[in-house]
Amino acid sequence: MFAGKNPDSFGIKIAKKMGVKTSYDSINAFLNEPDLCEVVFDATSAQAHIEHAPILKKLGKFTIDMTPSRVGKMCIPIINMEECLKVKNINMISCGGQDTTPIVKAIVDVHPETQYVEIVAHIASKSAGMGTRDNIDEYTQTTCDGIRAFTNIPKAKAIIILNPAEPPIIMHNTIFAQIKNPNLKLLKSGIFSVVNKIRQYVPGYRLTLGPIFENGRLTVMNEVEGSGDYLPKYAGNLDIINCAAITVAEEYAKRKLKNS
Amino acid sequence: MNDILIIDSTLRDGSHAIRHQFNAKTIRDYAKGAQKARIPLLVVGHGNGLGASSLQLGLSKLPDTTMLKIAKSQLKRTRLGAFLIPGFGTIKNDLAPAIKAGIDALMVASHCTEANITRQHIEYGVKEGLEVFGVLMMSHMLNGKELLLQAKLMQIYGARGVILMDSAGAYLPEDVYKKVKLLSGSLKIDVGFHAHNNLGMTIANSAAAVKAGAKIIDATSRGLGAGAGNCQLEVIVAVLLKMGYKLDLDVYQLMNNSEKIIAKIMKRPQEISSVSLTSGLAGVFSGFAPHVRGAAERFGVDARDILIELGRRKIVAGQEDIIVDVAANLAQKKKTRGQDNSIEALI
Repeated sequence: MFAGKNPDSFGIKIAKKMGVKTSYDSINAFLNEPDLCEVVFDATSAQAHIEHAPILKKLGKFTIDMTPSRVGKMCIPIINMEECLKVKNINMISCGGQDTTPIVKAIVDVHPETQYVEIVAHIASKSAGMGTRDNIDEYTQTTCDGIRAFTNIPKAKAIIILNPAEPPIIMHNTIFAQIKNPNLKLLKSGIFSVVNKIRQYVPGYRLTLGPIFENGRLTVMNEVEGSGDYLPKYAGNLDIINCAAITVAEEYAKRKLKNS
Repeated sequence: MNDILIIDSTLRDGSHAIRHQFNAKTIRDYAKGAQKARIPLLVVGHGNGLGASSLQLGLSKLPDTTMLKIAKSQLKRTRLGAFLIPGFGTIKNDLAPAIKAGIDALMVASHCTEANITRQHIEYGVKEGLEVFGVLMMSHMLNGKELLLQAKLMQIYGARGVILMDSAGAYLPEDVYKKVKLLSGSLKIDVGFHAHNNLGMTIANSAAAVKAGAKIIDATSRGLGAGAGNCQLEVIVAVLLKMGYKLDLDVYQLMNNSEKIIAKIMKRPQEISSVSLTSGLAGVFSGFAPHVRGAAERFGVDARDILIELGRRKIVAGQEDIIVDVAANLAQKKKTRGQDNSIEALI
């Protein structure tokens, strides 16, 4: 089921057209039909998810939270899918977090002595909905906290920039790391291997620069072209978080089927 | 009583001129001077605001809260302010600590089309009892009617003023007059102007803003700032006094602050270089200049060509990493197609 609360929602119209069951009753739609589904993706807002989480927990749903609410376990599929499948509520952090954290982890795996990492996520203004805008503080903070949680790096910073350029820019990201003597060969193979893994669930993900090293600063840049299903291809930010969430949901479903 | 609120951003926007390397002594001396000159509001921190000290934009010498505390220790009547761009600073990491460090006022800025990302931080500041201003950066990129819609959002969120920032130094006085007139006539809150000097228009533009109804002028001592610099504080104050506005400020002390403190830390005179002039014409953020110079040197291309391309792509503040990309592309093009001169197309 595709549930929202805005009767004029364009998304609900599309879902209807695709033959998907829809509702304008938001979270209540699940309360009214508790046995309807096993997996719920919550793509509302951080505040709304805080209200939804206990309801979904009571209903026993495997909940994939797409907002930066931080209620559930932070999930980056290529890093911790196994652990995430053991809990009932997982948090997909943010698009910037899904994009950059695996690269940061690849860097830290080669250079555990790294003291500071910074990521800059550029997304097209047109691809940032009211959820992102209303939660920009949580978005920035959660992305930063996610990087720290997954890498144990002492200091991290996340910067998010909404770019109003026309035509809209493709989502792109820069990862900086302060490292004294980087082993570029090992870094390259580590980063390339992570990129290949991400490309398995986000085909539009590609490296555009680096790793390069100058003035004590390692730089890696990537971009994400979306599949263009709903929003145009520039909105790779939506694809990367959606694809990550779908990967987890599919794995959850696969195992459920196997066990039954 | 002041007819116009003068916001002194020397220790914030001025930091671009010295690559965010204000030391404790400069902050202490200048804050003391600002207090003596009866500056009503002094804004302090990294040039791009709270949480913006970064590899992307340049690291500050001192953490935000340290800078704020040093300034606070010198201030009595002068209020202390911080600046924040959502997406850089967060409430938990940056704003809450700044409030603890003693700020009285907060300026929350966004690109001129993105005012709805300032809601959380404006509302938080208001809730915490701060005097909060909204800032629309790169405001030359938007027409008056659309600017008004964005400013109205900031009014709804609780800002007590909206400041139009001419981040690229691209305005002429006529444009300033029209936009400020429209905004000040339609908003319940005060309108302000923050000028940059790429086209040598800061004083004329700030004066035009006041004539059109602006009640806030944001300026820096000696014009300290990125590229061509900002509106020179002591000059605009003198000009506004000459125009007949009442300002309770000590002009001699403002001049002393400029001459005895700021002149001494300046790396170079605040002149209008060809790079600054080109960025004003191209309508590109002034803070890009040092990054553009570096990239031009590294890739062997003309800095002016980079700026024109950045303007064409509508690159906004915070996208400093794109400069390298543009420079690399231009170098590649130069190899295959030779050079062409595109500045005339901008005039």
